[in-house]
Amino acid sequence: MKILVIAEHDNSTLKGSTNSTIAAAKEISTDISVLVAGNSCSSVSSEVASLDGVTSVMVADSSIYENFLAEDIANLIVSLSDPFDYILAPATTFGKNFLPRVAAILDSQQISEITEVVSADTFKRPIYAGSCIATVKTLESKKIISVRSTAFDGVSAGESQAPISEVSSTDALNVSSFVKEDLAVSDRPELTAADIVVSGGRGMQSGDNFHLLDSIADKLGAAVGASRAAVDAGFVPNDYQVGQTGKIVAPDLYIAVGISGAIQHLAGMKDSKVIVAINKDEDAPIFQVADYGLIADLFEALPELDSKL
Amino acid sequence: MKILVPIKRVVDYNVKVRPLSDQSNVDLNNVKMSVNPFCEIALEEAVRLKETGAATEVVAVTVGKQDSQEQLRTALALGADRAILVESDSIVEPLVIAKALAKICEDENPNLIILGKQAIDGDNNQTGQMLSALMGYSQATNASEVNLSDDSAEVTREIDGGLQTIKISLPAIVTTDLRLNEPRYASLPNIMKAKKKELNVVSLSEMGFDTSARTELLSVELPAQRAAGIIVESVDDLIDKLKNEAKVIS
Repeated sequence: MKILVIAEHDNSTLKGSTNSTIAAAKEISTDISVLVAGNSCSSVSSEVASLDGVTSVMVADSSIYENFLAEDIANLIVSLSDPFDYILAPATTFGKNFLPRVAAILDSQQISEITEVVSADTFKRPIYAGSCIATVKTLESKKIISVRSTAFDGVSAGESQAPISEVSSTDALNVSSFVKEDLAVSDRPELTAADIVVSGGRGMQSGDNFHLLDSIADKLGAAVGASRAAVDAGFVPNDYQVGQTGKIVAPDLYIAVGISGAIQHLAGMKDSKVIVAINKDEDAPIFQVADYGLIADLFEALPELDSKL
Repeated sequence: MKILVPIKRVVDYNVKVRPLSDQSNVDLNNVKMSVNPFCEIALEEAVRLKETGAATEVVAVTVGKQDSQEQLRTALALGADRAILVESDSIVEPLVIAKALAKICEDENPNLIILGKQAIDGDNNQTGQMLSALMGYSQATNASEVNLSDDSAEVTREIDGGLQTIKISLPAIVTTDLRLNEPRYASLPNIMKAKKKELNVVSLSEMGFDTSARTELLSVELPAQRAAGIIVESVDDLIDKLKNEAKVIS
């Protein structure tokens, strides 16, 4: 069975979501090709070629793919889809943007955001914000699947280098165009890639108080996140949001501060290896998922934690 | 300018959904049903565009069982001018929904289609992109800002790590993210008025394409529960546990 994995990258570096998607692909088959579509992205393709499990790399290097516009990327994938039994992409905003287009053009019902490969045609995926896990069998001959990155440990570099081939670009569709990008600039690790995440909720009371978390995060080399309540209250920008409608994270350590633990938030972090909750309300649902709970006023606990780390 | 807003009837946002005891599906007996929250945001955006004069007509459409009329009436109360139910006997998959919406687009010729980025039942995040591909339209998913002009729209999208702005030519598909707007509530006079607005019903089975399921739901279970944790007494205790028991900090 032949699998095509679509690589996520920024034209210079590969995103970890790709490594996780390849890990999911390895549980299905050993014949894994990876498509790198981008502009001047040769460093990405050589990185992909070195990864464990990758048997070949296809590169479509053209300015029309520079900003990964969904219409053009989907068109390219469809043009290459013929030999493949599976097409896999990360279930990030990158993959979610074009993969359903590919599925519609190929007339195949996509399976979104799998968290487990049960067999070659059967997968587990969360539904209702992770309240339930569905086991779904697909009857499609060409299977289109998006992969939740946090559910699979990403592959690392293997022993051999897979062959890299150039594929022809599709004609630009010119139905949409890139205007600009405002990416958050931070010295800290990215939320979805961090080993430790420190998140604040409504209990932080203001955006200024997030500096209490910043200082601890810097000492731990952690990323800073937030609950939707904190984002809605305007304490921090939306890209801090961890939860069903924000980012899904699964770090080694997740510290939830002043977060009550609504199901929508838990959906984004409950697969973390160790969860710490700091909250003054002992009935807060967050304590039900926490490995270590500290019932305390965060304005006393955080400075103490900061000074003792 | 005509705007089409596809919506979906889903379990209310506040309901805690559980599997049936035989794990064959989720238990939807006697639970409150509502308009999918992302669809409400889509509808609100369309109604606001009409209020500013940028759009002339807002048409709400859904693909679902007869009881979805309830959600279409809500859409009419929130400001849609008329509604269409594509009636099916069962719940259908996103690709079937997208194909049915494509048929509606062929009849209605909307300039803009605004949908929720995902429905909170299946969490698939597929229908908008599929419809866009089937119609050959441009798309902007996860929109947090939409600026409309005559033949194009500039849309700011929420992507991992920040914001991206793209320009799409019309007709186009926009899918909504949470921060695009805050939907209004329906007022009682508008709820009354909505009862008199036009609601047409067409049959999915008469649309002339295969609507059979391409996937089988084998089981639904609760996610693995985390083992019960402990309450620590102090910050010192916490640091000790993290260093020496969990070994996640050094």
